[in-house]
Amino acid sequence: MSANDPRAVLVEELGRIAPDVDVDTIDETADLREEFDIDSMDFLNLVTALAKRLAIPIPEAEYPRLGSFAKAVAYLGEKAAAAA
Amino acid sequence: MTEFRMPSLGADMDAGTLIEWTVTPGAPVKRGDIVAVVETQKGAIEIEVFEDGVFERPLVEIGTKVPVGLPIAVIAAGAAAAVEPSSAAAPLVEAAPPVAAATTPVSAAESVFVPELAETVPPTPPAAPVAAAVMSAPPAKSTPMEGRPRVTRGAGGLAEPAGVDLGGLVGTGRGGEIVLADVEARIAAKPAAKPAAAPTPAPAAGRGIDPAAMRAAIAAAMARSKREIPHYYLTDTVDLTRAEAFVTTSNAAREPADRLLLGTLFVKAVARAVKKYPEFNGHFVDGTFAASKAVHVGVAVNIRGTGLVAPAIHDTDRLGLDELMAAMRDLVVRVRAGRFRSSELADPTITVSSLGERGVEALWGVIYPPQVAIVGFGTPMVRPWAVDGMVGPRKTVVVTLAGDHRVSDGHRGALFLHTIVTLLQEPEAL
Repeated sequence: MSANDPRAVLVEELGRIAPDVDVDTIDETADLREEFDIDSMDFLNLVTALAKRLAIPIPEAEYPRLGSFAKAVAYLGEKAAAAA
Repeated sequence: MTEFRMPSLGADMDAGTLIEWTVTPGAPVKRGDIVAVVETQKGAIEIEVFEDGVFERPLVEIGTKVPVGLPIAVIAAGAAAAVEPSSAAAPLVEAAPPVAAATTPVSAAESVFVPELAETVPPTPPAAPVAAAVMSAPPAKSTPMEGRPRVTRGAGGLAEPAGVDLGGLVGTGRGGEIVLADVEARIAAKPAAKPAAAPTPAPAAGRGIDPAAMRAAIAAAMARSKREIPHYYLTDTVDLTRAEAFVTTSNAAREPADRLLLGTLFVKAVARAVKKYPEFNGHFVDGTFAASKAVHVGVAVNIRGTGLVAPAIHDTDRLGLDELMAAMRDLVVRVRAGRFRSSELADPTITVSSLGERGVEALWGVIYPPQVAIVGFGTPMVRPWAVDGMVGPRKTVVVTLAGDHRVSDGHRGALFLHTIVTLLQEPEAL
């Protein structure tokens, strides 16, 4: 697992925003915001951090692809590969 | 020279956390002047002096929790004592050497657990009131408490400087909790009980905010609001088509760090509208409403698992949307890390509360005293909407106003609310 492994980065950034939620206990296919109880400001902060750390563009139009934890991992992996 | 002591601000107050000095050392003060702001379970309270004099120096740092009756500042005065003596507190001040008590930063955190001496840490920098430890404090699953007595904050704050060993006390509070009276009784019984030889470091701020205390503070403020403020409520629905298009267009070319949220537009619209309707912007104190020239919108921020606070964005009306967005981001981050400024707590002139994207259609606010209005935004939803004789789906949001009948009435309230609705139709002009 590299420092820029999308899943690890996602877990870490979600942990910053929602320290009370254990990633191991969430439903990875359910709504990300519901699972982590994050609001639009949290979500924007998450996107900001992910885009910066993974050095990928995350346009607002693609937010739906971050709809669940599983979708987000796939999306970030795809973007990171494209950016590499 | 006389010591200015933490006043008692009600029978149920046993301590207050100093959140602001409103005067600087050397400043002359006269009876009735406000010299400090103290956070109690009732919210932020301004502390007044009772005699004329000169504010010499503070004895405690911002963020320090101080039991009622302990000195918090030195005021050079005439012959008369400068402050109202607190008779109840007199014995405890003798028992706890005033110097040690005054220089020991009593816990800034709202910790309710007895610190283990072996675990004590150096005095911490002053923490923000209320939210000292939000991030690190999931309430239910936090602290191991086996073998540790539960202690009220006041009792803990008193016991430590006085050198009272809480482990040897039997609490008389609910569930055996050690309350202030227990500590006072112990001090009275053993006046010579080892006073702290050296200032004992306070437990670290950040151990855990006490969610129950925050809930109690919210409840007290809201109960006062419902008791004293004759609320009236109004509602309208805003077509968000233009506002949403504006945000989408603005954000398309922006990096995430520079993006706007719809909520920023809501706050700005309220700040603009209230300039035209000053009877909704200000404070009602001692039977009189004073409109505020400045617009400091308090933005309600949820603190995970704990409660909420609504600190001010200063001069909201003067900020451009990008500046306002940056200020809101900064505020949310700091609130959740427990680092907001005392002025942000004390200054809001009106509050905006938004449910955000995940919620229900409307939020009916309870006015936060001494403010006189709160504007609530529900969750934006797609609803059937008639435009030019045709019904179609539109993103809309329900906006509400809770107003204070002591200051305004529904007619002006409706005009105010309608102005907010109108402003949101021209987002580019916000």
